Amino acid sequence: MDRPTNQKAWFLVLPVLLLVAFSAIIPLMTVVNYSVQDTFGNNEFFWAGTAWFEEMLHSQRFHEALARNLIFSAIILAIQIPLGIVVALSMPRKGIGVSICLVLMALPLLIPWNVVGTIWQVFGRVDIGLLGHTLEAIGIDYNYVRDPLDAWFTIILMDVWHWTSLVALLCYAGLVSIPEAYYQAARIDGASRWAVFRYIQLPKMNRVLLIAVLLRFMDSFMIYTEPFVVTGGGPGNSTTFLSIDLVKMAVGQFDLGPAAAMSIIYFLIVLLLSWIFYTVMTNYERGGQ
Amino acid sequence: MNTGATKSIDINGPAGTRAATAAKAHGFIAPPKMRKPLHLGWLVMTLYLIFLLLPIYWLVNMSFKTNVEITNTFSLWPNDPTLRNYTVIFTDPSWYNGYINSITYVVMNTVISIAVALPAAYAFSRYRFLGDKHLFFWLLTNRMAPPAVFALPFFQLYSAFGLIDTHIAVALAHCLFNVPLAVWILEGFMSGVPREIDETAYIDGYSFPRFFVKIFMPLIASGIGVTAFFCFMFSWVELLLARTLTTTAAKPIAAIMTRTVSASGLDWGVLAAAGVLTIIPGALVIWFVRNYIAKGFALGRV
Repeated sequence: MDRPTNQKAWFLVLPVLLLVAFSAIIPLMTVVNYSVQDTFGNNEFFWAGTAWFEEMLHSQRFHEALARNLIFSAIILAIQIPLGIVVALSMPRKGIGVSICLVLMALPLLIPWNVVGTIWQVFGRVDIGLLGHTLEAIGIDYNYVRDPLDAWFTIILMDVWHWTSLVALLCYAGLVSIPEAYYQAARIDGASRWAVFRYIQLPKMNRVLLIAVLLRFMDSFMIYTEPFVVTGGGPGNSTTFLSIDLVKMAVGQFDLGPAAAMSIIYFLIVLLLSWIFYTVMTNYERGGQ
Repeated sequence: MNTGATKSIDINGPAGTRAATAAKAHGFIAPPKMRKPLHLGWLVMTLYLIFLLLPIYWLVNMSFKTNVEITNTFSLWPNDPTLRNYTVIFTDPSWYNGYINSITYVVMNTVISIAVALPAAYAFSRYRFLGDKHLFFWLLTNRMAPPAVFALPFFQLYSAFGLIDTHIAVALAHCLFNVPLAVWILEGFMSGVPREIDETAYIDGYSFPRFFVKIFMPLIASGIGVTAFFCFMFSWVELLLARTLTTTAAKPIAAIMTRTVSASGLDWGVLAAAGVLTIIPGALVIWFVRNYIAKGFALGRV
């Protein structure tokens, strides 16, 4: 479809531009400003050049937080995408069951994030939580406050609980848009269940899967509130992700220069990875057809 | 997955299928639904739903218990059900004001986001203009910006304007990620409306604003509903920015929950009750939009 060229369309975009400029560009300029200056208090600032960036890029603390975040996102995608597809394929066909499943599945998505954290903090506790208590009762030594592995297990389980439904709902939307004729053709050809999935359902879900992967990657890479409520970044530093580290540095220690440099590096990494995902997947989509 | 499932479909052979299709085309019989759920799909679904509901059940369970029962005994349902935790919340203004604050800024944000996103989405879906593709991608990058990056600069920016601790501050801050999302969703829905409709309306003498409000907006009503749902959702669940920008007068309910850490230790019962109460608005909204959820989550793009 060819759209006509009309420069007056800029007037329609103007409100959005002004609003986003106010809430994105001005704050971002502040961050850039801090990242190249040093201060000794009294509101006196000195040019620091790229010193903070060099310090951040060589800092082990930053490398570790980044590594944790990447591992976390990889695990999340590896679990949630396949599980979401399986759940979407398991949706009932019609009737009241569909509504009930949709409503129950969407429920975790609309719980404020720190309440999600609180729910799992309580749920996992050995003394008063159902999960912790049950695990202990069957003889597993589980304590997310002390053991880093248990803390990771809890946070990943929490994120799967929180977000898998988003993937499932997206995939379900892709599935219901497939015309009946495709299935009839498959039946005439005697296609197996696997063939129907591989050659009809999966290609039709490509677009929504792209949205799902992008959203899940971005959000798991920016995660802050839920792990902060459950573990506070601990035990030790074992669940300190980039966001948690950043807030600790900026608000806790008021190291504005390094925090600002880290913000910019962090933002650029998110942009770069999202862009790679987007390009690779759209190319694959075009080549695969 | 499971080839056995296909064999259980009655295979009439090509001739039978064609006859069935012909009959369907004439409206004689109901179309056979071919999108079979997975073999044992009901089992997967049941297990998944139980997994989703267990933590929520535990929270509800706790909210009806006394603190003594929570810490001293382990029971799957309250032995001595009490409404005390909910009474605490509903009789203390600093608690229930939190709900009013949250709802206020969420509604403000939803209205602002949709109001500015509607014309922009129309421009992106209908016209080509200088830098349109770059602008669209740049808008989306704001959805990718980690809120943690913006927490401190937002605080300083809104302090300078004297907006700290007001509802509008939080509403504007949440526009950072809601406006790009709203433009993106609305653009998807608008592109589904054929352009001939616009042209016909202009020929009939409609001015642009009149056409937009009288004809175009009703056509994408479900899209606007879906967008409102998403703006509500992301503004309602976000807390890092909301907490940074408020102190008392506009503090969201989810942030007030941390108050239950009192001198006598944690008040688990009230914490659980407050958690349950934050789930309810979301559940209500989902119930109203349940028929649009599936299409809505695909952001109008299937």
